[in-house]
Amino acid sequence: MNIANAPILTIVTFLPIAGAIFLAFLPRDATTNARYVALWTTIITFIVSILIWTNFDSSNAGFQFVEDRAWLGPIKYKMGVDGISMLFVILTTFLMPLCILASWNSIEHRVKEYMIAFLVLESLMIGVFCALDLVLFYLFFEGGLIPMFLIIGVWGGPRRVYASFKFFLYTFLGSVLMLIAMMSMYAFAGTTDIPTLMTTKFPADMQWWLWLAFFASFAVKMPMWPLHTWLPDAHVEAPTAGSVVLAAILLKMGGYGFLRFSLPMFPLASQELAPLIFSMSVIAIIATSLIALVQHDIKKLIAYSSVAHMGYVTMGIFTFTTQGVDGAIFQMLSHGIVSAALFLCVGVVYDRMHTREISAYGGIVERMPIYAAVFMVFTMANVGLPGTSGFVGEFLTLLGAFKANTLVAALATVGVILSAAYALWLYRRVVFGELTKPALQKLTDMTPREIAILAPLVVLTVLFGFYPAPVLDVTAASVKQLVSNYEAAVNTATALATAP
Amino acid sequence: MIYTAIVFLPLLGALVAGLFGRLIGDRPSELVTTAFLLIAAVLSWVVFVDVALGHNTARVPLMRWVTSGELDTAWALKIDTLTAVMLVVVTTVSSLVHLYSIGYMHEDDSRPRFFAYLSLFTFAMLMLVTSDNLLQMFFGWEGVGLASYLLIGFWYKKPSANAAAIKAFVVNRVGDFGFALGIFGLFYVFKTINLDALFAAAPSAVGKTMNFVGYDIDILTLLCLLLFMGAMGKSAQFLLHTWLPDAMEGPTPVSALIHAATMVTAGVFMVARLSPLFELAPTALQFVTFIGAITAFFAATVGLVQNDIKRVIAYSTCSQLGYMFVACGVGAYGVAIFHLFTHAFFKALLFLGAGSVIHAMHHEQDMRNMGGLAPKIRFTWIMMLIGTLALTGVGIPHLVGFAGFHSKDGIIEAAFAAHTAHNYAFWLLVIAAFMTSFYSWRLIFLTFHGPTRADHHAFDHAHESPPVMLVPLAVLAVGAVLAGAVFTEFFIGHHYKEFWGPALFEAPDNHVMHAMHEVPEWVRWAPFVAMLSGLGLAYLFYIVSPTLPARTAAAFRPLYLFFLNKWYFDELYDFLFVRPASAIGRALWKGVDGAVIDGTIDGTANTVGWATTKVVKLQTGYVFHYAFAMLIGIALVITYFMMKGGI
Repeated sequence: MNIANAPILTIVTFLPIAGAIFLAFLPRDATTNARYVALWTTIITFIVSILIWTNFDSSNAGFQFVEDRAWLGPIKYKMGVDGISMLFVILTTFLMPLCILASWNSIEHRVKEYMIAFLVLESLMIGVFCALDLVLFYLFFEGGLIPMFLIIGVWGGPRRVYASFKFFLYTFLGSVLMLIAMMSMYAFAGTTDIPTLMTTKFPADMQWWLWLAFFASFAVKMPMWPLHTWLPDAHVEAPTAGSVVLAAILLKMGGYGFLRFSLPMFPLASQELAPLIFSMSVIAIIATSLIALVQHDIKKLIAYSSVAHMGYVTMGIFTFTTQGVDGAIFQMLSHGIVSAALFLCVGVVYDRMHTREISAYGGIVERMPIYAAVFMVFTMANVGLPGTSGFVGEFLTLLGAFKANTLVAALATVGVILSAAYALWLYRRVVFGELTKPALQKLTDMTPREIAILAPLVVLTVLFGFYPAPVLDVTAASVKQLVSNYEAAVNTATALATAP
Repeated sequence: MIYTAIVFLPLLGALVAGLFGRLIGDRPSELVTTAFLLIAAVLSWVVFVDVALGHNTARVPLMRWVTSGELDTAWALKIDTLTAVMLVVVTTVSSLVHLYSIGYMHEDDSRPRFFAYLSLFTFAMLMLVTSDNLLQMFFGWEGVGLASYLLIGFWYKKPSANAAAIKAFVVNRVGDFGFALGIFGLFYVFKTINLDALFAAAPSAVGKTMNFVGYDIDILTLLCLLLFMGAMGKSAQFLLHTWLPDAMEGPTPVSALIHAATMVTAGVFMVARLSPLFELAPTALQFVTFIGAITAFFAATVGLVQNDIKRVIAYSTCSQLGYMFVACGVGAYGVAIFHLFTHAFFKALLFLGAGSVIHAMHHEQDMRNMGGLAPKIRFTWIMMLIGTLALTGVGIPHLVGFAGFHSKDGIIEAAFAAHTAHNYAFWLLVIAAFMTSFYSWRLIFLTFHGPTRADHHAFDHAHESPPVMLVPLAVLAVGAVLAGAVFTEFFIGHHYKEFWGPALFEAPDNHVMHAMHEVPEWVRWAPFVAMLSGLGLAYLFYIVSPTLPARTAAAFRPLYLFFLNKWYFDELYDFLFVRPASAIGRALWKGVDGAVIDGTIDGTANTVGWATTKVVKLQTGYVFHYAFAMLIGIALVITYFMMKGGI
């Protein structure tokens, strides 16, 4: 289908909100209808987003499907995607129907409001990846947290207040600094247009402060060590689908931000501050893996493992190599699939047993063989076994890191050993062993609905493991441009500095 | 086409049995996987004749894989003599093990799963040996690791099996840490990880150094050592060997296939495959020799005193792998692969024979509870005897012998010809050959001879295994008898270069393959003497004077305990790595994350929170707060723009 002239990005972005508005007019007790409306809205959004993929020109490194309208004076309503952001749009629209399905029975009260929150959240997340104006980006970026707060705060577990407060404090501090940075960027460049800012040459000392301000916000989102402690708590308290969105998409906004802002706009600062990123990434990989090793709560373990995996992402981005950046993007996508699946797997047993304590389980393969097989696939993907999507990203980021700094690469590779230890140890305690606990005797295997949710994730995990080309091809042109622009900027600066 | 069939038939079988096993039932799952493997084995021999004897090498591209910048890797099958030898070894042993398992596992209630794992393993192993780039080799490498993990832990209710499975995977990952870094380094230096391109580019790096974690090191030495770390893990070499004995928790057919004949030899295969790199890194090769010789010796000492029949054979495997690495290290790659080839037959035979004994004794594995079984299971006894004759290298120099005689003595001669410092490699291998002979005959005597120590019930019910288990033993026995005599001339004879073609590389100054044929006469007889004295001593200890072992153990108690406890490696690693890892993890979690980071955050939070809790309702309060803050922010921006005169 030719969509050349349709405002396709606006349609994809606001379709979920349209569904949410429709939902708002439904009667309060129409829970089943609310579920179906939400499901269909997300499915249609996904189908429309596929049109973006099929019409996307991968040989073009620039922004495509650009919509540019006057809005508030210098602030424009400008949307567009390149190879990097389009992937995240698709990832978002792909996961949302699964999230709705995963909440089908486990959310019992205030179903309508829950679905509205999810749809609004989807719109805002897609908006983040499409926005090409600073202010528009900021609105989507920060606005998305409100529905997330609500999802944790209203439908979350017993310590939801503490968790959401922590979340608030972290993100608030980060975003304030980012906002100030955005204002000074406007003061300097006279525009909030992102593509223009990407070619603007900010003075080196200014880049420093801007970089640090954006860093504050993105590092919290990733999250990077030591700003990660909100994540395990948020995950533990969030309902299953909330955890899925948090791990699979919200965390990716940090990485996306580094790629969209820090690298192209502040190349000199990026170069100088890369050691900071490297050390934080390596600490994240090793320290949080060790912490994951001693967890008692399944969700916490996976949350800590997420922090470790995001360490590879930040490390890869700041190697400024094609392999490193490709790997970082692939790792984000893969983690989006795999961590989503792992949290869904936790949800499957949580819905039956209402506990996330690892020690409450053991030997459930006896009663749930299909579940055991599915969980094994994702455990292996989490471990980064070749043949799963988890391997490609990890491998490429490390390959890039070796070029940048062998010590960083060597230390980060230690994570490969530790991830095997904590992931297999978790699997062994939950799935293997003798089934002795009486409460587990009544367990039933996955329902058709649960299989339908996890099956597409299994397929993608294996497919991208064996044939990552669809992803790598889409991003190739944009990544190449990103890296060469960065190199050009750094080389120019070096030439200037060494000039007589 | 034929190559693709060999590699993917096992995968197809694995998928059928794994996904539809419950649907189609146990017997069809067994038959499908076994039949596919048998076809693959027949085809492999066809390929062997075509490639190794007819010199028709090939490269079959299958599909793109990871491409990023100058990195360009594809799924492809590289077929040369080295691959052809490995194809034959892997598919032959695997098909026989499949067949054997139909009998051995007949009481198990998840047979489709077992056969799916076996076939999956075979697929991964075949991908490994056919790889034409290091990434695919790494895929196969970790793929066999996965299959090994799944099969060691096959009886998932046993805590010991689970622990062994995890240990195997994690220790292998330690080796893979080095392997991966080696791959990264090769890519960094040569901009490619495709084998042919690497081999062409490698000579340009000779004598150059690179910076690695702050040190300037010779490029090829560094990278070969890193790659070899992977080989040490997979092939259970000294320091990274601890997982292999524990892996015996898996069903015995698994031990035969994975932990004797195929997977554990992957490290040897890797070094041989990368001979164009290793040949340019003499320092790395010296290390390979050293580790190989130490492992051959160390594992043999431990094998002397073990009581579990499978563990004796496991340590024997470990030791024999050491031999193969010595051969690689001194540059005699053909001899290394030859021993790999013959070892696959006789070691699989020994393991499957041990399985037959265990089967007969209703899962008894402790040799202290056996003895006198020869008349009860005569066929198994004969098979085990043949395996032992092959392993200990029985044969008459210049004349003829069992399989191990040709290959193992070849290694010992090559080790001598290479003139290591004080001939240490040669002497360690000869001493190990003596110990090999001792522990092998000890196993035979303790199991089959003398008065029985089994309880009456078990002994009376001991029974010979069904034909489906005995046929594979017979086939392997033929290999154990003949593989040496028939193939010596091809693998290590005077025309070895013609046989191997371009598959194995030798530096211009590497003449060890010729020199090994010209060693002094006493060197040829040394392993013969070692073998005979080992047999004699074992006969003295376990047949003539059965009280002697206990008295000797008492006399040399510290040494005996040292060997019995495997040189205390498990305890050492537990103390050095396992405990500290969880202690540090706990400290980081409770201490740093909890007290320091969260403490700071909560402190701030309490100060801020005090006022808000009074005013706003708790749950949604923060949300409103946040929305409010954001709105203020937006307002500030707009104000700012307005002040700048924009709106």
